[in-house]
Amino acid sequence: MQLIQVKNLTKTFIDGEKETRVLKNIDFSAEQGEWISIMGRSGAGKSTLMYQMSLLDDPTSGEVYLFGRDTHNMSANEKTLFRLSELGFVFQDYALLPDLTALENVAVPLMMQGKYKKESYSKAETSLERVGLGHRLDNFPSQLSGGEQQRTSIARALAHNPKILFADEPTANLDNESSRTIMRLFQEVHRQGQTIIMVTHEEEYSSLSERIILLDDGKVISDKKVK
Amino acid sequence: MRQMRRASKWTTGLIIFVMTLTFLNLVVVSGILVGLIEGAVEANKQFYTSDIIISKLEKKNFIEQSPLIENIVNSLPEVSSMSARYIESGRIEANYREAANADEIGTAGGTFVGINPEAEDALTGISRFIVEGEYLSSEDYDQILIGGYLLKRYFPVESPGFATLADVEIGDKVRITVGEVTREVGVKGIVMSKVDEVSTRVFFVDKQFRELIGRDDYNIDEISIKLVAGTDPTIVKEALIRSGVAEFARVQTFEDAQPKFLKDIKATFALLGNLISSIGLVVASITIFIVIFINAITRRKFIGILKGIGVSGRTIETSYVFQSFFYAACGSAIGVAILYGFLEPFFLAHPIDFPFSDGILVAPLSGTVIKIFILMATTIIAGYIPARMIIRRNTLDSILGRN
Repeated sequence: MQLIQVKNLTKTFIDGEKETRVLKNIDFSAEQGEWISIMGRSGAGKSTLMYQMSLLDDPTSGEVYLFGRDTHNMSANEKTLFRLSELGFVFQDYALLPDLTALENVAVPLMMQGKYKKESYSKAETSLERVGLGHRLDNFPSQLSGGEQQRTSIARALAHNPKILFADEPTANLDNESSRTIMRLFQEVHRQGQTIIMVTHEEEYSSLSERIILLDDGKVISDKKVK
Repeated sequence: MRQMRRASKWTTGLIIFVMTLTFLNLVVVSGILVGLIEGAVEANKQFYTSDIIISKLEKKNFIEQSPLIENIVNSLPEVSSMSARYIESGRIEANYREAANADEIGTAGGTFVGINPEAEDALTGISRFIVEGEYLSSEDYDQILIGGYLLKRYFPVESPGFATLADVEIGDKVRITVGEVTREVGVKGIVMSKVDEVSTRVFFVDKQFRELIGRDDYNIDEISIKLVAGTDPTIVKEALIRSGVAEFARVQTFEDAQPKFLKDIKATFALLGNLISSIGLVVASITIFIVIFINAITRRKFIGILKGIGVSGRTIETSYVFQSFFYAACGSAIGVAILYGFLEPFFLAHPIDFPFSDGILVAPLSGTVIKIFILMATTIIAGYIPARMIIRRNTLDSILGRN
């Protein structure tokens, strides 16, 4: 089943009179259960492509279909609700809320889905245990290492069982050991059927995925299966 | 809530302090301005009209059927006490013995009032306002109390329309003329209050005054009535009117009898108070706006993250609105405690010494509740606007810190 379908996608940034086309007529699709790495040089448009697919940004032209639904006509509120229920995000800088504990950070999206606090906390705890942080529930982000923060971020992204997990350079700020831990986690959740779209510039980690899309100057220059 | 708990206690304390001052500014400024007038109104009620005042009809010289009316008043269970007064205008002269010619005689016009000293004191507590000498007793004869405003040393105003007497001391003899009758009487005491009807009058014992003005039919000019605590004066007024009293006299509650200028000043002062308070409200709104704006702008990235992971803008806005509400609620709660726990009792015990009243702080609970709502509403709007401004920005720009 096709989860993502991108057709003729273009993104242009306008700064005064200067126009920069970051994505140029991109076409591709992703199947359920796939782990796709998006690679390319700095400025190639990797993250921008991911933001368009994950509804964090609006394309200048072209179409993005998620689960067969045209996202073009969705309101901002619909997109927010869609992200809340169907998508999970892992950001390069973890994007945890500093005032909340690890457990609370993970529980926030669950509570926003309308789940009771007790249920949300229980699921959040399970999700943190899944990433090996069952002993760090009450720690604030500032009390966690970079790797632990990113694992918390992954726990938050997975807690509500999203259909697609988007990860924007999840290991960019981590040391090798932490990076490998994160990737082992990705492998594990992927084995359980999770669809993953991951932006990375590290070949070592992209080789773990099933498919690599290579971008250059806003265009797809290669789209190949790894395994 | 978590954000506030983790915020600087000093900052939170300062914001709540500003909200408390704003609340007090809203309530106290107008409350004192109105209280100055309310003090005059209250004094007029307490020391002159009491709860109900019955006075003669416009074209009559006195209240006809006075004994009957007094009986009706006394028969009402709501009546606690009453004082009947005989009133005539007249002239008072001093230093006439020492004066070489008529031009040197000190003369003042005044209102002469015959009272039952015990009844009047029980009703108005007039004896408390004796500033020199002594209060009258029922047995006094040819003895008077003079209102301070008739004496130059208490009211040093030189006005062609309002003459005062110089060099009048306790025990001095003065000459009074009421109608055709002139008598020499002794000054027993000087009475001085902030109510003109007390300080500009000359008081006699009613028995002698009745003889002086030839009122042997016992018809009086004024009755002030004090009601049992908690009684609505309007109900008693209506009962008196139904009993036929209105046929012979004018029946007014203390509110009806308030001078119109007092009502006008009260309305003007209330308006002034509200205008001054509004400035405080604007300052508080700007404070909250800046606090929430800075808070939201510094947390823009996290607002972006929340939106990114699917928390709706409305939910985030609500959290900021709640924060504003919290500040306003705390400020109002502290303000209410200061207002009713300290300021109101303080001003009641130590009124502001105003020339025509003892100014108190008027802060009725209903008005205070309305002002709390105004403060809350203003604060919530002031918090909502900046939160909305930040939250409406592009989610991705917020997450990435782009402008």
